[in-house]
Amino acid sequence: MDFTPTDDRRMLTETLDRFLAAEYPVEHRMKIAYDLPCHDAGLWAQLAELGALGALLPEEAGGFGGAGFDVTTVFEALGRTLCPEPVLGALMALRLLQAAGQDATDVLEGTRRMALAVGEADGSPELDDIACTARDEGDGWRLSGRKSVVYGGPAAHAFLVAARNGDALGLWEVDAGAAEVAGYAMIDGGGAAELLLSDTRGRLVMADARAALEDALDWGRLALCAEAVGAMDRAHALTIDYLRTRKQFGRPIGAFQALQHRAVDMGIEIEQARSITIHAAGSMGTPGQSRAVSMAKSLIGRVGRQISEEAVQMHGGIAMTWEAAISHYAKRLVMIDHQLGDTDTHLARVMAAYAA
Amino acid sequence: MDIHYSADDLAFQAEVKAFLRDNLDAALAARVAAGAELTRAEMEGWHATLNARGWVAGHWPREAGGQGWGAVQRHIFDEECALANAPRIVPFGVNMLGPVLLAFGTPGQQAHYLPRILDDTDWWCQGYSEPGAGSDLASLRTRAVREGDDYVINGQKTWTTLGQHANRIFCLVRTATEGKPQEGISFILVDLDTPGIEMRPIRLIEGGYEVNEVFFTDVRVPVTNLVGKENQGWTIAKYLLGHERTSIVGVGFNLEAFERVRTMARNIRRGGRRLIEDPLFAARLAQIEIDLEALKLTNLRMLAAAEGKGQLGDAPSMLKIKGTVIRQALNDLARRALGPAAAPFPSEALEGNLALAAPEHAAAAADYFNNRKLSIFGGSNEIQRNIVAKGLLGA
Repeated sequence: MDFTPTDDRRMLTETLDRFLAAEYPVEHRMKIAYDLPCHDAGLWAQLAELGALGALLPEEAGGFGGAGFDVTTVFEALGRTLCPEPVLGALMALRLLQAAGQDATDVLEGTRRMALAVGEADGSPELDDIACTARDEGDGWRLSGRKSVVYGGPAAHAFLVAARNGDALGLWEVDAGAAEVAGYAMIDGGGAAELLLSDTRGRLVMADARAALEDALDWGRLALCAEAVGAMDRAHALTIDYLRTRKQFGRPIGAFQALQHRAVDMGIEIEQARSITIHAAGSMGTPGQSRAVSMAKSLIGRVGRQISEEAVQMHGGIAMTWEAAISHYAKRLVMIDHQLGDTDTHLARVMAAYAA
Repeated sequence: MDIHYSADDLAFQAEVKAFLRDNLDAALAARVAAGAELTRAEMEGWHATLNARGWVAGHWPREAGGQGWGAVQRHIFDEECALANAPRIVPFGVNMLGPVLLAFGTPGQQAHYLPRILDDTDWWCQGYSEPGAGSDLASLRTRAVREGDDYVINGQKTWTTLGQHANRIFCLVRTATEGKPQEGISFILVDLDTPGIEMRPIRLIEGGYEVNEVFFTDVRVPVTNLVGKENQGWTIAKYLLGHERTSIVGVGFNLEAFERVRTMARNIRRGGRRLIEDPLFAARLAQIEIDLEALKLTNLRMLAAAEGKGQLGDAPSMLKIKGTVIRQALNDLARRALGPAAAPFPSEALEGNLALAAPEHAAAAADYFNNRKLSIFGGSNEIQRNIVAKGLLGA
């Protein structure tokens, strides 16, 4: 048993923290996060150079990491600074390209951005509910349907699209220029898009992609959990700092026991969130992967909201303002639960295994 | 024990329902239901409609232009308005300053200002909180110094809701620095056209704009604008806050919010079934309905007790805590109901065929974040607990 990070991961943490603090401070984040394409191309190249993308894949696939703890190392750092860059889409696309045995050098180097188009307009997290279709026209494949809330969509050069070909669930690559892409900023920052496909040309990547898609989504969920842990740590730190410095009734409000206890409860829940995320990271690639990931995503959804609401409440009115960084952490922590299955979705998955 | 309204109350309820059916524009109600930011004209239009019927301030006494409604009638009116998605009456004149002037104002102040509230000549806003005086309101530092027949005001107020529409502001100001902080506060009326006042918007968490900072630099206000006596403003402040709290509880708004979530959950299909058929979601909704059913009765019990005495005691604090927690739970559920479709930034959301959610539901996430304010403003829920604890423990 050893819960200390390896030297390599510790160095990656330090590198990313230093870079993001210097190059992606809150003022810059505000400029990028809420305006399309919600992406800074120059910083993306630097993130790639520093290894934020390479860490997401193992050596045999062109990266230098690829384990659960490599992914959590990157995303915790992104969460601490609320980095709105489309790394989540890149991670899921990279895992799928790896599963398909395809070269991902340009994605890893940051010269080509890809996003995963899996969810559809009804918001179901289940692959069985995918309705988009793909048809072999002899001279190539054509895809039809609508993909909804594609994370990182506004900045993507190409999409990996999950679609139905008869009974099979396959994966195709569609160039952004070939489809209609309607992008928007999200309420917590970062970009997403609707992808409208109407006999749109696609290149077959995997004919049977079901297992690979579930796996890529698990990696995405793990990443979101780690991002949440990073954001929770910052939200807690900001709250503690506020309790120490904000004076009312002639003393710092942190002198009031009612608030002290709540700050402690936040800390306890954050440690639980960290632990379940470590559990999930350590379970990647094992038979227990999906269950561990669902446990993590369910707990993170519940605790993320609690940390968000408590941080806001203890800050009081100032947390209701755009100007206060805590308001943006609060939004991110709540909205993570809307991505890749919410706390109830994953609770139901854990429950379903009891009867099996 | 009889948990039902009296025959008179039922007749009044029917009258309010009929009035709303005949006078509330369906398109306006739909905008209220969708959580749209209402225009000034829409708010003023509804105010005028109510005023024509004599109901804009039904809880004021008849001689002041009200109907002399008791607590139960007022509750019935508020609940029916909320359920019908009527625009909320802008509370600063009707529910805050009006009762203060009736209790503490001179006959001259009452005669001048009360009709102007009713006919909407004056749009009041509130100058209570300051950057350094939130929960600890009594530590406020905006100074009013007597010079001849004027007070000269310097300082800063914040969280001034809808101040961008207002022409007047009522303020708590410091008129003495000796003794306990509560003893040097006065309540004063200020015309916002007075030189030296600057209002700046504050952008909120979800990107909207409804509150402001107000800066006072050598603002001269006639001493006749003082309400009550100099240095007795704290008593008035607490009286007003009691009225504000009562209007925040809004059981009617909770009932409306509940119906809205239930409708959402019936209409949204996810994974081949209606969301309402998802047992986890339905369980969350049912838990809230049970709490809300109890709150309705708690509220009525406290109102009935108040009707005789005219005093609510700690009830507004208890109701404010429970009412805001339930409302926030409903906002949480509405946001969850949208699933991934809750994501778009409100002003960036796609429309028409590309919209991710029905227009009346699209703002669910923004509403959830905005309504985190409910447990913070009007005296945070922590301050309400302090008030109740003081009553329980005498500490």
